[in-house]
Amino acid sequence: MIAEAGLAALWLAAAMALLQLVGGLTLLRGGAGQLAPLVKPAAYMQGALCAFAFFALMWLFYVTDLSVLLVASNSHIDKPMIFKLAGTWGNHEGSMLLWVAVMSVSGAAIALLEKRIEAKTLYATLAVQGFIALGFFAFLLFASNPFERLVPAPLEGAGLNPLLQDVGLAFHPPTLYMGYVGLSIAFSFAVGALLTNQVGPAFARAMRPWVLAAWIFLTIGIAAGSYWAYYELGWGGWWFWDPVENASLMPWLAATALLHSVSVLATRNALRAWTIMLALVAFAMSMAGTFLVRSGILTSVHAFAVDPERGAFILALMLMYTSIAFVIFALRIGTVKQGEPFQLVSREGGIVANNIFLSVILAIVLIGTLYPLAAEAMGDKISVGPPYFNKATVPVMLLLMLALLIGPMLRWRRDALMRIKYWLIGGAAILLCGGLVAWRLAPGTGLFPLLGIALSLALAVAAWLPLRGRKLLRTPLPIFGMVIAHFGIAVSVFGMAAESGFSKETLTALAPGESAEISGWKVRLSDVKPVVGDNWVAVEGEMLANKNGNSFVMRPQSRHFFKPEMQTSEAALLTRWNGQLYAVIAQPDQEGDGRWQVRLWWKPFVTFIWFGGGLIALGGAISLFGRMFRRARKPAINKWEPA
Amino acid sequence: MRAWVPILLMLAAPAFAQGSGPTPALANRQLADPAQEAEAMRLMHSLRCIQCQGQSIADSDAAMAETMRAEVRQQIAAGQKPQDIRSWMIDRYGEWVSFEPDIKGSGLLLWIAPFLIFFAAIWLARGLFRRRT
Repeated sequence: MIAEAGLAALWLAAAMALLQLVGGLTLLRGGAGQLAPLVKPAAYMQGALCAFAFFALMWLFYVTDLSVLLVASNSHIDKPMIFKLAGTWGNHEGSMLLWVAVMSVSGAAIALLEKRIEAKTLYATLAVQGFIALGFFAFLLFASNPFERLVPAPLEGAGLNPLLQDVGLAFHPPTLYMGYVGLSIAFSFAVGALLTNQVGPAFARAMRPWVLAAWIFLTIGIAAGSYWAYYELGWGGWWFWDPVENASLMPWLAATALLHSVSVLATRNALRAWTIMLALVAFAMSMAGTFLVRSGILTSVHAFAVDPERGAFILALMLMYTSIAFVIFALRIGTVKQGEPFQLVSREGGIVANNIFLSVILAIVLIGTLYPLAAEAMGDKISVGPPYFNKATVPVMLLLMLALLIGPMLRWRRDALMRIKYWLIGGAAILLCGGLVAWRLAPGTGLFPLLGIALSLALAVAAWLPLRGRKLLRTPLPIFGMVIAHFGIAVSVFGMAAESGFSKETLTALAPGESAEISGWKVRLSDVKPVVGDNWVAVEGEMLANKNGNSFVMRPQSRHFFKPEMQTSEAALLTRWNGQLYAVIAQPDQEGDGRWQVRLWWKPFVTFIWFGGGLIALGGAISLFGRMFRRARKPAINKWEPA
Repeated sequence: MRAWVPILLMLAAPAFAQGSGPTPALANRQLADPAQEAEAMRLMHSLRCIQCQGQSIADSDAAMAETMRAEVRQQIAAGQKPQDIRSWMIDRYGEWVSFEPDIKGSGLLLWIAPFLIFFAAIWLARGLFRRRT
């Protein structure tokens, strides 16, 4: 009964989306607008119905209703409750329902809260929103019905991929989806503003919180996903340049560029066409991301819910939305007036540099990700992997960091480098010293890690400079947000450079009682014993890690899951302030002499990568909070703050 | 007590689970010379485990990846150049195995693309400033 109610709610919600589209369009066409009073209520209803449908599905997973196909094929009666619930979105249909639900609730929120743009633009935005939602409803109802019944109902269910049975699943996909959905809202705003010729600061201020929120979620989603892969896959890698990872990175890159350009538009009324363009690209990238992930068209280590036919459906949706949007863009761009002028050396110039470098990185990642498809179409089966992406993107990232050292210190419109020459000299000195010290400490380190460390040290100082000369208590929160996010970049890049330049690895085989050494740590395998979990059994190694008289116990496991049958390794991580000791126990060694294969890594400052990611998201959250707070108090005036 | 049976089975399982016989010695053991090992590691990170889903042979537990790791370490130890080993792998498994396409043939455009994009972007931006100052 619950399943049927959920399905009915989805159909009704689709009808509401249609009403939203038609009502908004008639108003735009200058009609009598009899349907117009229905647009906002339709948005509220759509949000409520979709939320209901999602919670209905969650309920079905909660009670493990095996007469529902989706539950039967993705859950199991013996699964721990948290994974039963998280299993709601750990599969294709459920994750699409989550997407649609978040999108509809956001649409309702726009209808309810957005009061600062012209009513006409708001209705146009809601119409576009309804149009996008319709496509996704069609996809859900015709190609991936989450509420389909299964007759007869099985007794226990097929289970969930063991790699996914982790707290990461509870957080990772929803955060990424919130990000994607936020970008779809930005897209709706952009097309709405194009349709009503309202591309200006008011539109930018209305769109900005959505871009910012989307960007925060994407940042958290990517950082969390990276850490999850790092400890779950058991080989200590944290970024593989895998198609699915790239699929989440590309919208993030576009959103980061958009976030900066929308601030320029909101404050200085410049970069108009460029901001609209980025909003379209950002949404296209999130759809492309979903397509790449869901279609399985590219081989990926993270591909868990793959179906080529559905991929084709999403591809069709993406092509339809983006081509319509770009046609509107092409038709209307002539009417978007040129923004305010500025010079090369200016805050705007710095943000243009940021946008250029981010777009170049985005283009390289996109080409590298799709290249194997193109080559295959021409009859060549080739792979494009980490060696290419690192060589092609890292130099641009380093340039981006260089721009980040200077940009935030510049004034709007026009500035002179001479004005900040002492800061520039200071920055160059830190760069040089940092690079030299790192090179002296570890000769033979690659160029990229060296430059990464030097630049991140300089940025760790430079990030705080926008606060100089300000009364801290009276500084707007968004400035703090910017400073913290930029400092987070320095922290994260430092972690990446340190990990890729200075990691140590020991691969060995140990019998209980034997030990191995790595980076000053002595690791003794003291015991190996079997352990039983809810739906797995494991071999657990007990290791004693010793350094400078401090001793720690580590318990890596090699797990064997039953439903479905699968082997995974659960690494043991020992976190110190300056890095992590990463230990894995694998199979018994081949000679049958009672030894176990053991892999050990010392990864200096590796945790900084995700800690920095957290700071970046925190900076965004502070900025968003400050903005909402200020907006609640008084209407915004045309004064600049960073996004 | 019942739960122990699968554990006991499992402890014995790896002995015949691989099917392709025992794992080659160098699959999960480092070379004695750190320089050679570093060279081998770099190469292993740029070779695809063709049995897996997009992992390099340096970070996979698959039997195929183990065989290939052992092969790389053996050849490095025997003094082979990484580039020759890569060619050897490509001869055996096709271009698909290399994560780093050659700067020729179908891979040429891929390596030129970043430069093209970069200069196109700078050129576009120059137009932006010239118009506006």
